[in-house]
Amino acid sequence: MTDTATLDRPAPLGRRIRRFMSDQPLVPLIVLLVILVGVLEFLRPGIVNERWIANTVKFAIPLAMLAACQTMTMLTGGIDLSVSTVATMAAFFMAAQSVALDPVSAGAIALLPALLIGIANGIGVGVFRVHPLIMTLGTSLVGIGCLQVYQRTVIASGARVPDGLTWLGTGLTGGVPNALLLFIPVAAFVILMLRFTGFGRLLYAVGDNERAARLSGVQYWRVILALYVLSALIAGITGLLYLGLIRTPSLSLADPLMLPSVAAAVIGGTSIFGGRGGYAGTIVGALILTVLTTLLRLLQLPEGARLILFGAIVLLVTAAYLRLVDDR
Amino acid sequence: MTTQPLLDASGVAKNYGAVAALRDASLRVRPGEVHALMGANGAGKSTLVKILTGAIRPSAGRILIRGEARPLGSPAAARRAGLVPVYQEPSLIPDLDIADNLRLTGTPVAPFRDWVRALGVPDLDLRDLARDLPLAVLRVLDLARALSLEPDVMLLDEMTAALPANLAERVIEVVRGEVKTGRSVIFISHRFVEIAALCDRATVLRDGETVGVVDIVPGIEERIVEMMLGARVEKTRVAAAARDAQASSGPPRLSVRGLAAGSKLEDVSFELANGEVAGVVALEGQGQDELFAALAGSIRPSRGTIAVDGEPVVFGHPADAIAQGIAYVPGDRTEALLMQRSVRENIALPFSARLRSWGPLAVGRERGLVSAAIERLQIDTRAQREVQRLSGGNQQKVTIARWIAADARTILCFDPTRGIDVRTKREIYRLLRELAAQGKSVLYYTSELEEVQRVCDRAIVVFGGRVVDVLPVEIADEAALTRAAYGLPREAASLPASPSGATP
Amino acid sequence: MSRFLRRQGWVAGLFVLFLALLVVTRLIQPGYGAADFGSLARAVLPYAFAVAAQTVVVLAGGIDLSVAAMMALTSVTAAALMAGASEEFALAVVPFVLALGFALGAMNGALIVVSRVPDIVVTLATLFMLQGAALLVLDAPGGGAAEWLKALIVGTVPIPGLPGAVTDWIPKALVVLVICLAVVWIPLRRSRLGLSLYAIGSSDLAAFRSGVPVARTKILAYALGGLFAAMGGLTLTMSTGIGAPIPGPYLLASVAAVVLGGVALGGGRGGLLGPIIAVFVLRLVRTDLTLLAVDPNVTTIIEGVIMVVVVMLGALVAMRGRTP
Repeated sequence: MTDTATLDRPAPLGRRIRRFMSDQPLVPLIVLLVILVGVLEFLRPGIVNERWIANTVKFAIPLAMLAACQTMTMLTGGIDLSVSTVATMAAFFMAAQSVALDPVSAGAIALLPALLIGIANGIGVGVFRVHPLIMTLGTSLVGIGCLQVYQRTVIASGARVPDGLTWLGTGLTGGVPNALLLFIPVAAFVILMLRFTGFGRLLYAVGDNERAARLSGVQYWRVILALYVLSALIAGITGLLYLGLIRTPSLSLADPLMLPSVAAAVIGGTSIFGGRGGYAGTIVGALILTVLTTLLRLLQLPEGARLILFGAIVLLVTAAYLRLVDDR
Repeated sequence: MTTQPLLDASGVAKNYGAVAALRDASLRVRPGEVHALMGANGAGKSTLVKILTGAIRPSAGRILIRGEARPLGSPAAARRAGLVPVYQEPSLIPDLDIADNLRLTGTPVAPFRDWVRALGVPDLDLRDLARDLPLAVLRVLDLARALSLEPDVMLLDEMTAALPANLAERVIEVVRGEVKTGRSVIFISHRFVEIAALCDRATVLRDGETVGVVDIVPGIEERIVEMMLGARVEKTRVAAAARDAQASSGPPRLSVRGLAAGSKLEDVSFELANGEVAGVVALEGQGQDELFAALAGSIRPSRGTIAVDGEPVVFGHPADAIAQGIAYVPGDRTEALLMQRSVRENIALPFSARLRSWGPLAVGRERGLVSAAIERLQIDTRAQREVQRLSGGNQQKVTIARWIAADARTILCFDPTRGIDVRTKREIYRLLRELAAQGKSVLYYTSELEEVQRVCDRAIVVFGGRVVDVLPVEIADEAALTRAAYGLPREAASLPASPSGATP
Repeated sequence: MSRFLRRQGWVAGLFVLFLALLVVTRLIQPGYGAADFGSLARAVLPYAFAVAAQTVVVLAGGIDLSVAAMMALTSVTAAALMAGASEEFALAVVPFVLALGFALGAMNGALIVVSRVPDIVVTLATLFMLQGAALLVLDAPGGGAAEWLKALIVGTVPIPGLPGAVTDWIPKALVVLVICLAVVWIPLRRSRLGLSLYAIGSSDLAAFRSGVPVARTKILAYALGGLFAAMGGLTLTMSTGIGAPIPGPYLLASVAAVVLGGVALGGGRGGLLGPIIAVFVLRLVRTDLTLLAVDPNVTTIIEGVIMVVVVMLGALVAMRGRTP
């Protein structure tokens, strides 16, 4: 609607609430999170304690980090379905290389496939203009193939999880998960990058209207290439952290995080069509999903019912969120 | 019962939450008349049209057709009730061919063909995909489709806006003929010339209310403008300041030699001096789109050279042109704006484009530049969180403000005043003159010929992909420009000859 | 002619590619014959239906991430119902499962229309839900299938008057595929409904203004997608004799084949034939690699790379087409 005339008459209460929610999109999310925790405490009094919180945060961190990749790519109207494969590859390479190498060199080698996949994604999406969904699914498939071939090397030489990663992934210091040491800088970087750097601006701009960005002198492929490389590197680092948390490298290590990472970004209010959203919401989204998983496990639902409920809740939350935020 | 209106809408209102797009609109259309619907941008014209054509439902109001209340719940229902619109944007399905488009809407083919021919498009192939046809043809097809449904009331929204003069004249002829059969047409336009030529009466909207209904008689323009703006406006022309001869010493800002691009731009040469506003005048599709795109770095020319400040340049990307201080303001606002982002981000967008400015934003400097640009263009920032909430005129201002903030030395304006209200237009004219006075240069394509004498220092007339004439502003009145745009020589006697056969 | 080439050039090119691949296959394995082609057709079946499902939805401007999960659910439902039941009972199972697929697809569409949540998110959510439902029906691979159903896709179709050498190259699986797709697609393509489908994919707004019931058409597109997915699920049960609750790799394959088949993601452009041929091409490449005794894992890599490269080239061609 371009033809609108705003009136200065006071808005009705429902609308004022909606305005508030729209300006403060984090509020409904945090309210939902608190409600979920409340339900959990109601169902199993005493479960919500310091240890539980630490544990929840610990499991939410890898999810939130992969969801950072989704948030950034979704802002440009894309999506990165290769993150779970990239994370798994990094973890696998790390475990295999750690047998012979020191953790730093092993880590560097482990991030190499992430870099390559990121570059491939960036070139495919940015230069060849392949739909991101297809491009990242494709590179993910190639990555899985490579991993399967590589797996034999690992079977021959064994695998080892470096102590440092275990400490980072599972350790607590004074009841606070050590993983926050990694997560807080990463999260701060992503949030600040999106809000206060030229690159962040360009992600929103390219996602909102690529043609307008082009006419303003923005070179699309550069933005996209940098974006997907960054996304893959964050996914790779997440893989290393996740290895420390799970401690057994497997070919499907990070797979269970793939779809929830998309869900976390969506619940967090990032538009899958681009141009709108942010990372703070995504972090809360990841926490919500983690608590939800605990809740469902607690209810001892069969695997199938749990999946159904999980899907339904993702859908409902997203729909409700749209209603709250959308003024139209 | 001769006075019973064909369409009688009264008390129509539409609210979006607390925002009233339409408060109390009424519209009575008699049989056999062409009725103009007028109003500044944001007055509620589009909303009223959408309600009348079933695209949205009104919050209140009564709509009678031939004295009966008919349901208008959907476009199909409105069509059954006898109301058929032709929207500003083409409404054919781009990926279907014309025949399938007709089938989809249940349009009879034979009358459609006749109307298309009558409207001046002789060689239409029904198997062409809609997406392969030029905009002007698509609009004509929309009109032909509406005509072949034999509606009681046809709504034409800025029907002639994107049409070349020859097609626009055909359209006006056909519309005039159409109402002779007792049908009516609601005609929405910003062009007084057309309204004077075509319409019998006009309903004027302001801020969502009908503020008056007038008969179209000579000299009524001032009265209508007054009603639209709600206050008396002086009809002063922004006189084109005589260009300072010294300012243009040294190499020209922009020098184009033998430029060709795409299939339409054949061979264009001209110079643009510092401190000059040069008008480009052309009928639709004479290569002006390609000319601007090539100068903006959007497409590569196939032949010819461009020199900036005397140095030859090759543009591979708009970024290259911007690096030379050349900025492009497209005619279509949706091409230039980030609709979901704030006014500030939209204006500051070019600052971040270059690789070296990907780092932390210079927040203070940016805010200063943006505020100055907003101030200078007097952009209404009440709804600045999202550009899509602004009115059309304010959106257009944002597209220009961006380049004021970026301090571009040359601005390529492609029909920036299309479909916006009178007040905003005047502000844009004034701004462009100010820029020129500061030594900046502007290349200004316009489809409204009377603008040339308001804004430009001279008019470059392009026809068939070539420059056919360059008129000094003193003689560049509408008549002279029209003649030139049709490719007729300047000296020949009176104007415009029959438009038929004028297009190549 | 040029119009035909412009519109159908991609499909024709794909078909030529398929024939060339058949020749290559013969070169690699001179003994490659009718029986091998028959097993290719059988292997293609579930992929082809998954692709058909995806195609209908993509043409209408959507995307269906739940295709593979839908196939898993319909497959286990059929297998569970037929386990230990009589042959005649299967006659009722088939329409029931097809109706189930249609209804669940319609649910997808209705959820998208009603919730206004982007299709990619809705079908992601229903992916979870359908997969969960499949696990509730059967928590491990099992169930059964009627013999006549299994026989439906094995062997060839004898056509009186044609020599065996020809009919040997017409496997039943291919006939089943063609009939199932044609029965739904051809009447649809010719109807106003089919036009509406393309219309909403091409431009929502223009379709609405042309009087197309956008919401209803979208729901129908997803319902048809569900129907095709159910056919795919049934063929899974038919070829394995059981039902497995874990979704196969059909989502990725379906999207890739849709793109490869010349259907524009975003909607409005393309047809069903292209994606179906694309599926055959992709499967035949895999066959060739296997015949060349390539490690199956390496085959996955090569397959992926081929897919990525082809899609990249396709995108490049599409880009060139837009800006001549």
